[in-house]
Amino acid sequence: MITGFLALYIFMLAAFTGYEIISRVPVILHTPLMSGSNFVHGIVLVGAMVALGHAETPIEIAIGVVAVLLAAGNVAGGYVVTERMLEMFKTSRPASPQPAEKKQ
Amino acid sequence: MTLPAWIPTIVEAIYFIAAVLFIWGLKRMSSPRTARTGIVWAGAGMAAAIIVTFFLPGMHNLDWMIAAIVVGVVLSWIVGRRVPMTAMPQMVALFNGMGGGAAAAIGAVELIKFNAALKLVPDTSPIQPEAWADVAGHLGTTELVLAFVGVLIGAVSFTGSLIAFAKLQGWMDRRFVFPLQRWVNLAIFAVAVVCGALALSAGIEGHAFAWGLLIGFIVLSLVFGVAMTLPIGGADMPVVISMYNAFTGLAVAFEGFVLQNEAMIIAGMVVGAAGTLLTQLMAKAMNRSLGNVLFGNFGGGGGAAQQEIAGALKPIDASDAAVMMAYAERVAIVPGYGMAVAQAQHKIWEFAKLLIERGVKVKFAIHPVAGRMPGHMNVLLAEAGVPYDLIEDMDDINPEFPNTDVALVIGANDVVNPVARTDKNSPIYGMPILDVARAKNVIVIKRGRGKGFAGIENALFYADNTRMLYGDGQAAASELVAGLKTLDA
Repeated sequence: MITGFLALYIFMLAAFTGYEIISRVPVILHTPLMSGSNFVHGIVLVGAMVALGHAETPIEIAIGVVAVLLAAGNVAGGYVVTERMLEMFKTSRPASPQPAEKKQ
Repeated sequence: MTLPAWIPTIVEAIYFIAAVLFIWGLKRMSSPRTARTGIVWAGAGMAAAIIVTFFLPGMHNLDWMIAAIVVGVVLSWIVGRRVPMTAMPQMVALFNGMGGGAAAAIGAVELIKFNAALKLVPDTSPIQPEAWADVAGHLGTTELVLAFVGVLIGAVSFTGSLIAFAKLQGWMDRRFVFPLQRWVNLAIFAVAVVCGALALSAGIEGHAFAWGLLIGFIVLSLVFGVAMTLPIGGADMPVVISMYNAFTGLAVAFEGFVLQNEAMIIAGMVVGAAGTLLTQLMAKAMNRSLGNVLFGNFGGGGGAAQQEIAGALKPIDASDAAVMMAYAERVAIVPGYGMAVAQAQHKIWEFAKLLIERGVKVKFAIHPVAGRMPGHMNVLLAEAGVPYDLIEDMDDINPEFPNTDVALVIGANDVVNPVARTDKNSPIYGMPILDVARAKNVIVIKRGRGKGFAGIENALFYADNTRMLYGDGQAAASELVAGLKTLDA
Protein backbone atom coordinates (compact mmCIF):
# COMPACT_ATOMS: atom_id res chain seq x y z
CA MET A 1 0.00 0.00 0.00
CA ILE A 2 1.43 3.34 -1.00
CA THR A 3 0.40 6.09 1.34
CA GLY A 4 0.51 9.86 0.95
CA PHE A 5 4.09 10.70 1.81
CA LEU A 6 5.62 7.61 0.27
CA ALA A 7 3.81 8.52 -2.93
CA LEU A 8 5.12 12.05 -2.66
CA TYR A 9 8.67 10.70 -2.43
CA ILE A 10 8.13 8.47 -5.46
CA PHE A 11 6.63 11.39 -7.39
CA MET A 12 9.57 13.60 -6.44
CA LEU A 13 12.29 11.10 -7.34
CA ALA A 14 10.63 10.13 -10.61
CA ALA A 15 10.23 13.79 -11.52
CA PHE A 16 13.93 14.46 -10.95
CA THR A 17 14.82 11.41 -12.99
CA GLY A 18 12.74 12.62 -15.91
CA TYR A 19 14.19 16.10 -15.65
CA GLU A 20 17.76 14.78 -15.59
CA ILE A 21 17.25 12.51 -18.58
CA ILE A 22 16.00 15.33 -20.77
CA SER A 23 18.32 18.09 -19.67
CA ARG A 24 21.34 16.61 -21.49
CA VAL A 25 19.66 15.75 -24.76
CA PRO A 26 20.90 17.22 -28.05
CA VAL A 27 18.25 18.93 -30.17
CA ILE A 28 18.63 16.24 -32.80
CA LEU A 29 16.93 13.77 -30.47
CA HIS A 30 14.11 15.95 -29.20
CA THR A 31 11.46 14.58 -31.52
CA PRO A 32 12.40 10.90 -31.07
CA LEU A 33 12.60 11.40 -27.33
CA MET A 34 9.21 13.06 -27.17
CA SER A 35 7.92 10.11 -29.12
CA GLY A 36 9.77 7.72 -26.82
CA SER A 37 8.29 9.24 -23.70
CA ASN A 38 4.94 9.12 -25.46
CA PHE A 39 5.49 5.36 -25.73
CA VAL A 40 6.51 5.05 -22.08
CA HIS A 41 3.29 6.54 -20.77
CA GLY A 42 1.62 3.77 -22.72
CA ILE A 43 2.06 1.88 -19.44
CA VAL A 44 -1.43 3.28 -18.90
CA LEU A 45 -2.49 0.07 -20.69
CA VAL A 46 -1.65 -1.87 -17.54
CA GLY A 47 -3.95 0.41 -15.55
CA ALA A 48 -6.66 0.17 -18.17
CA MET A 49 -6.46 -3.63 -18.01
CA VAL A 50 -6.79 -3.54 -14.22
CA ALA A 51 -9.75 -1.17 -14.45
CA LEU A 52 -11.48 -3.33 -17.06
CA GLY A 53 -10.52 -6.52 -15.20
CA HIS A 54 -12.42 -5.35 -12.15
CA ALA A 55 -15.30 -3.69 -13.97
CA GLU A 56 -18.74 -5.14 -13.20
CA THR A 57 -21.60 -3.11 -14.59
CA PRO A 58 -22.06 -2.70 -18.36
CA ILE A 59 -21.15 0.99 -18.21
CA GLU A 60 -17.92 0.24 -16.33
CA ILE A 61 -17.06 -2.48 -18.82
CA ALA A 62 -17.82 -0.19 -21.75
CA ILE A 63 -15.59 2.59 -20.44
CA GLY A 64 -12.97 0.01 -19.48
CA VAL A 65 -12.93 -1.38 -23.02
CA VAL A 66 -12.51 2.15 -24.39
CA ALA A 67 -9.62 2.68 -21.96
CA VAL A 68 -7.88 -0.55 -23.03
CA LEU A 69 -8.45 0.20 -26.71
CA LEU A 70 -7.01 3.71 -26.46
CA ALA A 71 -4.11 2.61 -24.28
CA ALA A 72 -3.23 -0.27 -26.63
CA GLY A 73 -3.17 2.26 -29.46
CA ASN A 74 -0.86 4.47 -27.44
CA VAL A 75 1.55 1.60 -26.79
CA ALA A 76 1.71 0.19 -30.31
CA GLY A 77 1.64 3.52 -32.11
CA GLY A 78 4.18 5.05 -29.77
CA TYR A 79 6.56 2.15 -30.30
CA VAL A 80 6.29 2.02 -34.08
CA VAL A 81 6.68 5.76 -34.55
CA THR A 82 9.67 5.99 -32.19
CA GLU A 83 11.33 2.96 -33.71
CA ARG A 84 10.89 4.34 -37.22
CA MET A 85 12.41 7.66 -36.24
CA LEU A 86 15.37 6.08 -34.49
CA GLU A 87 15.93 3.58 -37.29
CA MET A 88 17.02 6.46 -39.48
CA PHE A 89 19.91 7.31 -37.23
CA LYS A 90 21.42 4.00 -38.23
CA THR A 91 21.86 5.00 -41.88
CA SER A 92 24.10 7.96 -41.10
CA ARG A 93 26.65 5.76 -39.33
CA PRO A 94 28.14 2.64 -40.86
CA ALA A 95 25.61 1.66 -43.53
CA SER A 96 25.93 4.42 -46.13
CA PRO A 97 29.32 4.71 -47.78
CA GLN A 98 29.64 8.46 -48.38
CA PRO A 99 29.38 9.69 -44.80
CA ALA A 100 31.71 6.92 -43.63
CA GLU A 101 34.78 8.63 -45.01
CA LYS A 102 33.79 11.80 -43.23
CA LYS A 103 34.00 10.07 -39.86
CA GLN A 104 37.30 10.02 -38.14
CA MET B 1 -9.34 -19.07 -11.69
CA THR B 2 -7.13 -20.08 -8.79
CA LEU B 3 -3.58 -18.93 -9.01
CA PRO B 4 -0.69 -19.57 -6.63
CA ALA B 5 -0.28 -16.98 -3.89
CA TRP B 6 3.17 -15.93 -5.12
CA ILE B 7 1.85 -14.66 -8.45
CA PRO B 8 1.17 -11.07 -7.24
CA THR B 9 4.75 -10.85 -5.96
CA ILE B 10 6.10 -11.90 -9.35
CA VAL B 11 3.85 -9.33 -10.99
CA GLU B 12 5.14 -6.62 -8.66
CA ALA B 13 8.72 -7.65 -9.42
CA ILE B 14 8.10 -7.47 -13.18
CA TYR B 15 6.53 -4.01 -12.77
CA PHE B 16 9.65 -2.93 -10.94
CA ILE B 17 11.89 -4.26 -13.70
CA ALA B 18 9.66 -2.56 -16.27
CA ALA B 19 10.06 0.78 -14.48
CA VAL B 20 13.83 0.33 -14.48
CA LEU B 21 13.80 -0.54 -18.17
CA PHE B 22 11.72 2.54 -19.02
CA ILE B 23 14.18 4.85 -17.33
CA TRP B 24 17.14 2.97 -18.81
CA GLY B 25 15.52 3.08 -22.25
CA LEU B 26 14.83 6.81 -22.07
CA LYS B 27 18.37 7.38 -20.89
CA ARG B 28 19.74 5.53 -23.90
CA MET B 29 17.38 7.45 -26.16
CA SER B 30 19.04 10.66 -25.03
CA SER B 31 22.24 9.93 -26.99
CA PRO B 32 22.36 9.39 -30.77
CA ARG B 33 24.72 6.45 -30.42
CA THR B 34 22.53 4.39 -28.13
CA ALA B 35 19.11 5.74 -29.07
CA ARG B 36 18.05 2.81 -31.22
CA THR B 37 18.51 0.22 -28.52
CA GLY B 38 16.76 2.50 -26.00
CA ILE B 39 13.34 1.99 -27.50
CA VAL B 40 13.92 -1.77 -27.61
CA TRP B 41 14.71 -1.92 -23.87
CA ALA B 42 11.67 0.19 -23.04
CA GLY B 43 9.58 -1.98 -25.35
CA ALA B 44 10.76 -5.15 -23.59
CA GLY B 45 9.75 -3.66 -20.24
CA MET B 46 6.37 -2.71 -21.62
CA ALA B 47 5.70 -6.15 -23.09
CA ALA B 48 6.61 -7.87 -19.82
CA ALA B 49 4.42 -5.51 -17.76
CA ILE B 50 1.44 -6.05 -20.05
CA ILE B 51 1.76 -9.84 -20.08
CA VAL B 52 2.01 -10.25 -16.31
CA THR B 53 -1.00 -8.00 -15.79
CA PHE B 54 -3.20 -10.80 -17.17
CA PHE B 55 -2.16 -12.90 -14.18
CA LEU B 56 -3.21 -10.44 -11.51
CA PRO B 57 -5.79 -11.99 -9.16
CA GLY B 58 -9.47 -11.34 -9.80
CA MET B 59 -9.22 -10.20 -13.40
CA HIS B 60 -12.48 -10.46 -15.35
CA ASN B 61 -13.65 -9.52 -18.82
CA LEU B 62 -10.56 -11.13 -20.34
CA ASP B 63 -12.34 -11.71 -23.64
CA TRP B 64 -13.15 -8.02 -24.00
CA MET B 65 -9.68 -7.11 -22.84
CA ILE B 66 -7.86 -9.25 -25.38
CA ALA B 67 -10.18 -8.10 -28.17
CA ALA B 68 -9.61 -4.43 -27.31
CA ILE B 69 -5.85 -4.89 -27.11
CA VAL B 70 -5.67 -6.72 -30.43
CA VAL B 71 -7.81 -4.12 -32.20
CA GLY B 72 -5.95 -1.18 -30.66
CA VAL B 73 -2.50 -2.61 -31.35
CA VAL B 74 -3.19 -3.75 -34.90
CA LEU B 75 -4.85 -0.49 -35.96
CA SER B 76 -2.18 1.82 -34.61
CA TRP B 77 0.61 -0.49 -35.74
CA ILE B 78 -0.67 -0.29 -39.30
CA VAL B 79 -1.24 3.46 -39.15
CA GLY B 80 2.13 4.05 -37.50
CA ARG B 81 3.91 1.97 -40.15
CA ARG B 82 2.17 3.51 -43.12
CA VAL B 83 2.29 7.24 -42.45
CA PRO B 84 5.06 9.18 -44.19
CA MET B 85 7.86 10.57 -42.03
CA THR B 86 6.52 14.07 -42.55
CA ALA B 87 3.37 13.14 -40.67
CA MET B 88 5.22 11.93 -37.57
CA PRO B 89 4.42 14.98 -35.41
CA GLN B 90 0.69 14.53 -35.73
CA MET B 91 1.10 10.80 -35.11
CA VAL B 92 2.78 11.57 -31.79
CA ALA B 93 -0.13 13.90 -31.01
CA LEU B 94 -2.69 11.24 -31.91
CA PHE B 95 -1.12 8.43 -29.88
CA ASN B 96 -0.49 10.76 -26.99
CA GLY B 97 -4.14 11.78 -26.99
CA MET B 98 -5.15 8.13 -26.86
CA GLY B 99 -3.01 7.65 -23.75
CA GLY B 100 -4.60 10.69 -22.11
CA GLY B 101 -8.05 9.39 -22.96
CA ALA B 102 -7.18 6.01 -21.48
CA ALA B 103 -6.00 7.63 -18.23
CA ALA B 104 -9.19 9.67 -18.01
CA ALA B 105 -11.29 6.58 -18.69
CA ILE B 106 -9.52 4.66 -15.91
CA GLY B 107 -10.33 7.48 -13.51
CA ALA B 108 -13.92 7.50 -14.69
CA VAL B 109 -14.30 3.75 -14.09
CA GLU B 110 -12.85 4.01 -10.59
CA LEU B 111 -15.05 6.99 -9.70
CA ILE B 112 -18.15 5.29 -11.05
CA LYS B 113 -17.37 2.18 -9.03
CA PHE B 114 -16.77 4.26 -5.92
CA ASN B 115 -19.98 6.24 -6.28
CA ALA B 116 -22.06 3.21 -7.14
CA ALA B 117 -20.89 1.56 -3.92
CA LEU B 118 -21.80 4.66 -1.92
CA LYS B 119 -25.22 4.81 -3.56
CA LEU B 120 -26.03 1.41 -2.06
CA VAL B 121 -25.63 2.86 1.41
CA PRO B 122 -28.71 4.68 2.76
CA ASP B 123 -28.08 8.36 2.28
CA THR B 124 -29.81 9.57 5.44
CA SER B 125 -26.60 9.72 7.44
CA PRO B 126 -23.01 9.73 6.30
CA ILE B 127 -21.44 6.38 7.03
CA GLN B 128 -18.66 6.28 9.51
CA PRO B 129 -15.18 6.22 7.98
CA GLU B 130 -14.42 2.88 9.65
CA ALA B 131 -17.46 1.34 8.04
CA TRP B 132 -17.11 2.73 4.55
CA ALA B 133 -13.46 1.90 4.29
CA ASP B 134 -14.77 -1.60 3.65
CA VAL B 135 -17.12 -0.51 0.89
CA ALA B 136 -16.16 -2.13 -2.40
CA GLY B 137 -14.32 0.26 -4.69
CA HIS B 138 -13.40 2.46 -1.75
CA LEU B 139 -10.97 5.28 -2.41
CA GLY B 140 -9.21 7.27 0.31
CA THR B 141 -9.09 11.04 0.23
CA THR B 142 -5.77 11.26 -1.65
CA GLU B 143 -6.88 8.67 -4.19
CA LEU B 144 -10.16 10.52 -4.73
CA VAL B 145 -8.44 13.85 -5.28
CA LEU B 146 -5.89 12.35 -7.67
CA ALA B 147 -8.59 10.40 -9.50
CA PHE B 148 -10.44 13.64 -10.23
CA VAL B 149 -7.32 15.57 -11.15
CA GLY B 150 -6.16 12.70 -13.35
CA VAL B 151 -9.49 12.62 -15.18
CA LEU B 152 -9.32 16.38 -15.76
CA ILE B 153 -5.75 16.36 -17.08
CA GLY B 154 -6.21 13.18 -19.08
CA ALA B 155 -9.43 14.43 -20.69
CA VAL B 156 -7.86 17.77 -21.62
CA SER B 157 -4.87 15.96 -23.08
CA PHE B 158 -7.18 13.62 -25.01
CA THR B 159 -9.30 16.19 -26.83
CA GLY B 160 -6.51 18.77 -26.98
CA SER B 161 -4.18 16.30 -28.69
CA LEU B 162 -6.90 15.29 -31.15
CA ILE B 163 -7.37 18.94 -32.11
CA ALA B 164 -3.60 19.32 -32.47
CA PHE B 165 -3.61 16.22 -34.66
CA ALA B 166 -6.43 17.58 -36.81
CA LYS B 167 -4.66 20.91 -37.22
CA LEU B 168 -1.34 19.40 -38.23
CA GLN B 169 -3.08 16.98 -40.55
CA GLY B 170 -4.63 20.00 -42.24
CA TRP B 171 -8.19 19.02 -41.40
CA MET B 172 -8.87 22.21 -39.57
CA ASP B 173 -8.49 25.92 -40.00
CA ARG B 174 -5.34 27.33 -38.55
CA ARG B 175 -7.00 29.22 -35.76
CA PHE B 176 -10.43 29.59 -34.35
CA VAL B 177 -10.77 32.86 -32.52
CA PHE B 178 -13.80 34.78 -31.25
CA PRO B 179 -14.26 37.70 -28.87
CA LEU B 180 -14.01 37.02 -25.15
CA GLN B 181 -12.69 33.56 -25.96
CA ARG B 182 -10.35 33.59 -23.02
CA TRP B 183 -13.22 34.26 -20.65
CA VAL B 184 -15.42 31.61 -22.22
CA ASN B 185 -12.59 29.10 -21.84
CA LEU B 186 -12.03 30.17 -18.27
CA ALA B 187 -15.74 29.75 -17.55
CA ILE B 188 -15.75 26.23 -19.00
CA PHE B 189 -12.76 25.34 -16.88
CA ALA B 190 -14.27 26.90 -13.75
CA VAL B 191 -17.58 25.07 -14.11
CA ALA B 192 -15.73 21.79 -14.70
CA VAL B 193 -13.70 22.33 -11.55
CA VAL B 194 -16.79 23.26 -9.53
CA CYS B 195 -18.60 20.10 -10.67
CA GLY B 196 -15.55 18.04 -9.77
CA ALA B 197 -15.05 19.75 -6.43
CA LEU B 198 -18.70 19.26 -5.39
CA ALA B 199 -18.58 15.58 -6.25
CA LEU B 200 -15.20 15.26 -4.60
CA SER B 201 -16.20 16.88 -1.32
CA ALA B 202 -19.30 14.71 -1.12
CA GLY B 203 -17.23 11.62 -1.82
CA ILE B 204 -14.67 12.46 0.82
CA GLU B 205 -17.42 12.74 3.42
CA GLY B 206 -18.91 9.44 2.42
CA HIS B 207 -21.98 10.75 0.59
CA ALA B 208 -22.84 9.54 -2.86
CA PHE B 209 -22.82 12.39 -5.37
CA ALA B 210 -25.22 13.03 -8.23
CA TRP B 211 -24.19 11.32 -11.46
CA GLY B 212 -24.79 14.63 -13.22
CA LEU B 213 -21.84 16.16 -11.39
CA LEU B 214 -19.46 13.46 -12.58
CA ILE B 215 -20.81 13.54 -16.13
CA GLY B 216 -20.67 17.34 -16.20
CA PHE B 217 -17.11 17.24 -14.89
CA ILE B 218 -15.93 14.78 -17.53
CA VAL B 219 -17.78 16.38 -20.44
CA LEU B 220 -16.63 19.89 -19.54
CA SER B 221 -13.05 18.68 -19.15
CA LEU B 222 -13.22 17.23 -22.64
CA VAL B 223 -14.74 20.44 -23.99
CA PHE B 224 -12.08 22.49 -22.28
CA GLY B 225 -9.34 20.54 -24.04
CA VAL B 226 -10.91 21.45 -27.38
CA ALA B 227 -11.55 25.08 -26.44
CA MET B 228 -8.04 25.55 -25.14
CA THR B 229 -6.38 24.20 -28.28
CA LEU B 230 -8.58 25.80 -30.94
CA PRO B 231 -7.16 29.35 -30.76
CA ILE B 232 -3.52 28.18 -30.88
CA GLY B 233 -1.83 28.63 -34.22
CA GLY B 234 -0.24 25.74 -36.07
CA ALA B 235 3.25 27.13 -35.64
CA ASP B 236 2.92 26.63 -31.89
CA MET B 237 1.68 23.06 -32.11
CA PRO B 238 5.05 21.44 -31.23
CA VAL B 239 5.01 23.16 -27.87
CA VAL B 240 1.40 22.22 -27.32
CA ILE B 241 1.94 18.56 -28.23
CA SER B 242 4.89 18.37 -25.89
CA MET B 243 2.79 19.90 -23.13
CA TYR B 244 -0.03 17.40 -23.66
CA ASN B 245 2.58 14.66 -23.62
CA ALA B 246 3.58 15.83 -20.16
CA PHE B 247 -0.11 16.09 -19.20
CA THR B 248 -0.73 12.49 -20.17
CA GLY B 249 2.28 11.44 -18.14
CA LEU B 250 0.90 13.20 -15.07
CA ALA B 251 -2.58 11.78 -15.58
CA VAL B 252 -1.08 8.29 -15.85
CA ALA B 253 0.93 8.82 -12.66
CA PHE B 254 -2.14 10.04 -10.75
CA GLU B 255 -4.39 7.23 -11.94
CA GLY B 256 -1.50 4.88 -11.13
CA PHE B 257 -1.72 6.07 -7.55
CA VAL B 258 -5.48 5.46 -7.55
CA LEU B 259 -4.85 1.90 -8.73
CA GLN B 260 -1.82 1.53 -6.46
CA ASN B 261 0.31 0.61 -9.46
CA GLU B 262 3.95 1.62 -8.99
CA ALA B 263 4.98 1.12 -12.61
CA MET B 264 2.34 3.61 -13.72
CA ILE B 265 3.32 6.11 -11.05
CA ILE B 266 7.00 6.04 -11.94
CA ALA B 267 6.68 5.90 -15.73
CA GLY B 268 3.97 8.56 -15.72
CA MET B 269 5.89 10.89 -13.48
CA VAL B 270 9.15 10.51 -15.41
CA VAL B 271 7.30 11.40 -18.61
CA GLY B 272 5.48 14.23 -16.85
CA ALA B 273 8.73 15.81 -15.71
CA ALA B 274 10.65 15.12 -18.91
CA GLY B 275 7.77 16.45 -20.99
CA THR B 276 7.54 19.61 -18.92
CA LEU B 277 11.22 20.34 -19.41
CA LEU B 278 11.03 19.57 -23.12
CA THR B 279 8.06 21.94 -23.41
CA GLN B 280 10.04 24.70 -21.74
CA LEU B 281 13.03 24.10 -24.01
CA MET B 282 10.79 24.41 -27.05
CA ALA B 283 9.02 27.52 -25.84
CA LYS B 284 12.41 29.02 -25.07
CA ALA B 285 13.65 28.23 -28.56
CA MET B 286 10.80 30.38 -29.85
CA ASN B 287 11.53 33.04 -27.26
CA ARG B 288 8.06 32.78 -25.84
CA SER B 289 6.72 31.82 -22.49
CA LEU B 290 4.36 28.90 -22.29
CA GLY B 291 1.63 31.26 -21.12
CA ASN B 292 2.16 33.32 -24.23
CA VAL B 293 1.80 30.26 -26.44
CA LEU B 294 -1.36 29.12 -24.69
CA PHE B 295 -3.13 32.41 -24.10
CA GLY B 296 -1.38 34.80 -26.46
CA ASN B 297 -3.73 34.14 -29.38
CA PHE B 298 -0.74 34.45 -31.67
CA GLY B 299 -1.30 37.29 -34.09
CA GLY B 300 -4.88 37.65 -32.89
CA GLY B 301 -4.25 40.83 -30.91
CA GLY B 302 -3.72 42.83 -34.08
CA GLY B 303 -2.66 46.07 -32.42
CA ALA B 304 -0.38 48.30 -34.47
CA ALA B 305 0.08 47.55 -38.13
CA GLN B 306 3.21 45.70 -39.13
CA GLN B 307 5.89 47.61 -40.99
CA GLU B 308 5.62 47.68 -44.74
CA ILE B 309 8.39 45.78 -46.47
CA ALA B 310 10.17 47.62 -49.27
CA GLY B 311 11.78 45.95 -52.27
CA ALA B 312 10.75 43.38 -54.84
CA LEU B 313 10.96 39.62 -55.20
CA LYS B 314 13.79 38.76 -57.59
CA PRO B 315 13.52 35.35 -59.25
CA ILE B 316 16.47 33.19 -60.34
CA ASP B 317 16.84 30.14 -62.61
CA ALA B 318 17.83 26.79 -61.16
CA SER B 319 20.87 26.59 -63.45
CA ASP B 320 22.09 30.04 -62.37
CA ALA B 321 21.56 29.11 -58.76
CA ALA B 322 23.49 25.87 -59.25
CA VAL B 323 26.43 27.73 -60.81
CA MET B 324 26.40 30.25 -58.00
CA MET B 325 26.76 27.53 -55.41
CA ALA B 326 29.20 25.44 -57.44
CA TYR B 327 31.71 28.28 -57.33
CA ALA B 328 31.01 29.26 -53.74
CA GLU B 329 33.36 28.42 -50.92
CA ARG B 330 30.81 27.98 -48.19
CA VAL B 331 27.17 27.03 -48.59
CA ALA B 332 24.66 26.74 -45.78
CA ILE B 333 21.45 24.84 -46.46
CA VAL B 334 18.52 25.89 -44.31
CA PRO B 335 15.64 23.41 -44.46
CA GLY B 336 12.15 24.01 -43.19
CA TYR B 337 8.74 22.42 -43.26
CA GLY B 338 8.49 23.00 -47.02
CA MET B 339 11.31 20.50 -47.53
CA ALA B 340 9.42 17.97 -45.45
CA VAL B 341 6.21 18.46 -47.41
CA ALA B 342 8.00 18.15 -50.74
CA GLN B 343 10.01 15.13 -49.47
CA ALA B 344 12.99 16.95 -50.95
CA GLN B 345 15.56 15.82 -48.34
CA HIS B 346 17.02 13.07 -50.56
CA LYS B 347 17.45 15.35 -53.57
CA ILE B 348 18.90 18.10 -51.42
CA TRP B 349 21.44 15.70 -49.95
CA GLU B 350 22.31 14.48 -53.46
CA PHE B 351 22.88 18.11 -54.44
CA ALA B 352 24.94 18.76 -51.31
CA LYS B 353 27.11 15.70 -52.03
CA LEU B 354 27.86 17.01 -55.53
CA LEU B 355 28.85 20.35 -54.02
CA ILE B 356 31.08 18.60 -51.47
CA GLU B 357 32.78 16.68 -54.29
CA ARG B 358 33.58 20.01 -55.91
CA GLY B 359 35.23 21.12 -52.68
CA VAL B 360 32.47 23.38 -51.44
CA LYS B 361 32.07 23.42 -47.66
CA VAL B 362 28.43 22.56 -47.08
CA LYS B 363 26.59 22.76 -43.79
CA PHE B 364 22.99 22.28 -42.82
CA ALA B 365 21.62 24.92 -40.48
CA ILE B 366 18.75 23.78 -38.30
CA HIS B 367 16.51 26.09 -36.37
CA PRO B 368 15.29 24.45 -33.16
CA VAL B 369 11.67 24.74 -34.18
CA ALA B 370 12.04 24.30 -37.94
CA GLY B 371 9.33 22.01 -39.17
CA ARG B 372 6.54 21.01 -36.89
CA MET B 373 8.62 19.71 -34.00
CA PRO B 374 12.05 20.31 -32.53
CA GLY B 375 14.42 17.98 -34.28
CA HIS B 376 11.93 17.36 -37.10
CA MET B 377 14.49 18.45 -39.71
CA ASN B 378 17.24 16.40 -38.09
CA VAL B 379 15.09 13.31 -38.39
CA LEU B 380 14.37 13.95 -42.06
CA LEU B 381 18.00 14.70 -42.90
CA ALA B 382 19.04 11.59 -41.02
CA GLU B 383 16.54 9.67 -43.13
CA ALA B 384 18.22 10.99 -46.26
CA GLY B 385 21.61 9.90 -44.92
CA VAL B 386 23.13 13.27 -44.03
CA PRO B 387 25.84 12.63 -41.43
CA TYR B 388 25.23 14.59 -38.29
CA ASP B 389 28.57 16.36 -38.25
CA LEU B 390 27.30 18.42 -41.20
CA ILE B 391 24.26 19.50 -39.23
CA GLU B 392 24.64 22.63 -37.12
CA ASP B 393 22.37 24.09 -34.47
CA MET B 394 21.28 27.69 -34.64
CA ASP B 395 23.71 28.98 -32.02
CA ASP B 396 26.68 27.34 -33.74
CA ILE B 397 25.95 28.43 -37.28
CA ASN B 398 24.65 31.97 -36.73
CA PRO B 399 28.13 33.53 -36.33
CA GLU B 400 29.18 31.81 -39.58
CA PHE B 401 26.56 33.37 -41.85
CA PRO B 402 28.55 36.55 -42.63
CA ASN B 403 31.29 34.25 -44.03
CA THR B 404 28.84 32.13 -45.95
CA ASP B 405 28.73 32.73 -49.69
CA VAL B 406 25.35 31.24 -50.36
CA ALA B 407 22.57 30.36 -47.98
CA LEU B 408 20.09 28.02 -49.61
CA VAL B 409 16.74 28.24 -47.87
CA ILE B 410 14.40 25.42 -48.76
CA GLY B 411 10.90 25.60 -47.40
CA ALA B 412 11.81 27.57 -44.30
CA ASN B 413 10.07 30.86 -43.71
CA ASP B 414 9.31 32.23 -40.26
CA VAL B 415 12.54 30.90 -38.74
CA VAL B 416 14.63 32.99 -41.16
CA ASN B 417 12.47 36.11 -41.11
CA PRO B 418 14.59 39.13 -40.07
CA VAL B 419 11.37 40.87 -39.05
CA ALA B 420 11.67 38.91 -35.80
CA ARG B 421 14.62 41.13 -34.98
CA THR B 422 13.54 44.44 -36.47
CA ASP B 423 9.79 44.91 -36.24
CA LYS B 424 8.42 45.29 -32.71
CA ASN B 425 4.87 45.00 -33.99
CA SER B 426 5.40 41.65 -35.62
CA PRO B 427 3.87 38.69 -33.80
CA ILE B 428 7.18 36.84 -34.10
CA TYR B 429 9.20 39.76 -32.73
CA GLY B 430 11.89 38.46 -30.38
CA MET B 431 11.93 34.91 -31.71
CA PRO B 432 15.54 33.81 -32.27
CA ILE B 433 16.10 33.28 -35.97
CA LEU B 434 18.77 31.93 -38.25
CA ASP B 435 20.79 34.91 -39.46
CA VAL B 436 20.42 33.91 -43.09
CA ALA B 437 19.99 37.54 -44.16
CA ARG B 438 23.65 38.14 -43.26
CA ALA B 439 24.96 35.64 -45.79
CA LYS B 440 26.48 37.14 -48.91
CA ASN B 441 23.83 35.62 -51.13
CA VAL B 442 20.55 33.98 -50.31
CA ILE B 443 18.60 31.63 -52.52
CA VAL B 444 15.10 30.78 -51.40
CA ILE B 445 13.34 27.75 -52.83
CA LYS B 446 9.65 28.36 -52.45
CA ARG B 447 6.53 26.96 -54.01
CA GLY B 448 4.69 30.25 -54.40
CA ARG B 449 4.40 33.70 -53.02
CA GLY B 450 2.35 32.67 -49.97
CA LYS B 451 3.16 33.60 -46.43
CA GLY B 452 4.62 31.29 -43.81
CA PHE B 453 2.71 29.27 -41.28
CA ALA B 454 2.46 32.25 -38.96
CA GLY B 455 0.95 34.30 -41.79
CA ILE B 456 3.64 36.96 -41.73
CA GLU B 457 5.33 38.65 -44.67
CA ASN B 458 9.02 37.70 -44.86
CA ALA B 459 11.44 40.60 -45.26
CA LEU B 460 14.24 38.19 -46.24
CA PHE B 461 12.56 37.44 -49.56
CA TYR B 462 12.67 41.13 -50.51
CA ALA B 463 16.29 41.71 -49.51
CA ASP B 464 18.80 42.90 -52.14
CA ASN B 465 20.95 39.79 -51.85
CA THR B 466 18.05 37.35 -52.05
CA ARG B 467 16.97 35.46 -55.16
CA MET B 468 13.77 33.43 -55.33
CA LEU B 469 13.85 30.00 -56.94
CA TYR B 470 10.18 29.19 -57.44
CA GLY B 471 9.04 25.61 -57.56
CA ASP B 472 8.17 22.54 -55.57
CA GLY B 473 11.09 21.67 -53.26
CA GLN B 474 11.81 18.33 -54.86
CA ALA B 475 11.55 19.60 -58.44
CA ALA B 476 13.74 22.59 -57.65
CA ALA B 477 16.34 20.37 -55.99
CA SER B 478 16.35 18.05 -59.02
CA GLU B 479 16.91 21.03 -61.29
CA LEU B 480 19.80 22.15 -59.10
CA VAL B 481 21.34 18.66 -59.35
CA ALA B 482 20.88 18.72 -63.13
CA GLY B 483 22.42 22.21 -63.24
CA LEU B 484 25.54 20.97 -61.45
CA LYS B 485 25.84 17.92 -63.67
CA THR B 486 25.79 20.01 -66.86
CA LEU B 487 28.68 22.02 -65.44
CA ASP B 488 30.80 18.90 -65.28
CA ALA B 489 29.67 17.56 -68.64
